[in-house]
Amino acid sequence: MKKIFVPLKRVPDWQLKVKPSADGLTIDQTNLKWIINTFDEIAVEEAIRIRDKGVGFTEVVLCMIGPKEGSEQLRSALAMGADRAIHIITDEDIDSSQATKILAHIVKRDNYDLVIIGKQAIDSDSGQTAQRLSVRLAYQQASFASKIDVDGESLTVVREVDGGLETLKLKLPAVVSTDLRLNEPRLRSLPGIVAAKKKPVEEIPMSDIPDVGSKKVKVRKLSVPPSRPAGQKVSSVSELISKLKEEKLIG
Amino acid sequence: MSSILVYIESLGGQLPKSSLPVISAALKAKSVLSINTVIGVLIGGQGTDEAAKLASEYGLDKILFIKSENAENYMAASYASVFAQIAKDNNSTLLMGPASSKGRDFLPRVSEILDAPQASDVIEILAGYTFKRPMYAGNLIAEVELEGDIKVLTVRTSAFPQPEKLSVSEVTEINIPVLKDENSVFVSYDTVKNERPELGEADIIVSGGRALKSKENFESVMYPLADVLGAAIGASRAAVDSGYAPNDWQVGQTGKIVAPKLYIAVGISGAVQHLAGMKDSKVIVVINKDPEAPIFEIASYGLVGDLFTVVPELIEALKAAKL
Ligand SMILES: Cc1cc2nc3c(=O)[nH]c(=O)nc-3n(C[C@H](O)[C@H](O)[C@H](O)COP(=O)(O)OP(=O)(O)OC[C@H]3O[C@@H](n4cnc5c(N)ncnc54)[C@H](O)[C@@H]3O)c2cc1C
Repeated sequence: MKKIFVPLKRVPDWQLKVKPSADGLTIDQTNLKWIINTFDEIAVEEAIRIRDKGVGFTEVVLCMIGPKEGSEQLRSALAMGADRAIHIITDEDIDSSQATKILAHIVKRDNYDLVIIGKQAIDSDSGQTAQRLSVRLAYQQASFASKIDVDGESLTVVREVDGGLETLKLKLPAVVSTDLRLNEPRLRSLPGIVAAKKKPVEEIPMSDIPDVGSKKVKVRKLSVPPSRPAGQKVSSVSELISKLKEEKLIG
Repeated sequence: MSSILVYIESLGGQLPKSSLPVISAALKAKSVLSINTVIGVLIGGQGTDEAAKLASEYGLDKILFIKSENAENYMAASYASVFAQIAKDNNSTLLMGPASSKGRDFLPRVSEILDAPQASDVIEILAGYTFKRPMYAGNLIAEVELEGDIKVLTVRTSAFPQPEKLSVSEVTEINIPVLKDENSVFVSYDTVKNERPELGEADIIVSGGRALKSKENFESVMYPLADVLGAAIGASRAAVDSGYAPNDWQVGQTGKIVAPKLYIAVGISGAVQHLAGMKDSKVIVVINKDPEAPIFEIASYGLVGDLFTVVPELIEALKAAKL
């Protein structure tokens, strides 16, 4: 009876352009729409598929660290078919090291065999938590997975790396981080949404987690990158060729 | 005395040009942060000694290398523990490496081992351990300050110049054991044979999107364009997901970040995640049949038209221009 743990982050929808707040310390909160981090949603999908294969995993447990309002995204992930969830409640904006300490605490408390987690959050784009968690738990690590095969006590993971694909074989327990091509997350079904409303969610205030440490990565300023100088339309291939010659890009 | 420790990627006795700018970033950090010593570290199997010699020509204060059978195949856990050990032995307070697939994989482990904060994908080094890095798929640039005795960075190499050949540094082999963990086994590395320049090294990149419609079209349209320009080939996520191009060619937030002299985007709409990977290119040429496609907003030169007629015409014109 093995269990899969899937951490989730709530992030601003990438389809809406974010702007810095007036003080430049965070993002403008007006008109934000929140979604489950794209890579975490892929992690939820993969965990459900592994559970449903009948290879010894019986439970998929989600864990979100974030404000109370995040329960909406947590329910949406439960509607995909996860079994239950843990919500670590905080309004603080924590760094990867703190997130790792919180997640490791829960994994140790409940003894999960496999952690599947997004390779990065699409807001901070830091890409650290999976690897940090693997160290902290002394679990095996495979990051940037585009294929996971589970076979009893071991996993074969195909990783997207520079130059091609790498395959690793790991013994459980392990932490695997997801890349985009791992799967396509399912749409929520109506029965799934209804069932999700009744699934257990354990709420824990972040202050109840010991030794989270202080934040050591501090955003001092957010700004919009300088825009490129306006370009121009060319009307034909020959005009393009003469522009490229002017730029000395072709001979 | 504290030092900067910089991981230099090597591959069979060679230094991939795409990750070398990490040396420039380390030298920059040395002067901005007034740290006395920068130590370059290479870890690998066969040929690592030769790679270390090559790395010694760029003005770092010292080069250390570990050559071990157990490091022949990269493994995150063993690379991280060796690198963390070298950091401790040298009293290093700033650790850095390229944001390559290896750097992104093992440096966060080093950060955790040393309980250190990390800034990922750094594009600029400012005073006071403050670093510029993109967030939100490059929609925003953050200045982040790291606090703590030890700090770790991954560096976006396309944002730093190739290092110049300067004074030659002393090269020393060190013998920290590289441990093998039976519970994590390397099985295989499947690489796409490619005679063209690497994406991270090329002066010119031609990149194709979903509009190519098939692998066959991608090959018959994009390959000849690349070849006439001596260019590397990139692709959008849609093109990779559809199997027109290998995963390693993807440009964007979750693929390669590139900044060549010339980037030609063919049949790519310009989603923010794609732009995140190429908008710092010097000259951007866009070929798209939809005049409203967002990618035109960042184009230096935009040509509205059907790629299946425009690209073959362009190839002929480029051939003619060469004569
Ligand atoms: C978390 C996340 C990460 C992502 N990471 C990346 C990434 O790293 N890289 C990336 O590229 N994408 C990434 N994406 C996907 C991205 O959002 C887009 O879906 C993708 O870039 C679209 O690819 P495309 O431009 O080829 O396809 P489309 O958006 O379908 O665009 C095709 C374009 O071709 C044009 N066209 C069609 N026919 C012709 C013709 N005959 N001649 C000329 N033009 C034609 C159309 O006008 C259109 O503009 C990511 C998405 C998410 C959510």
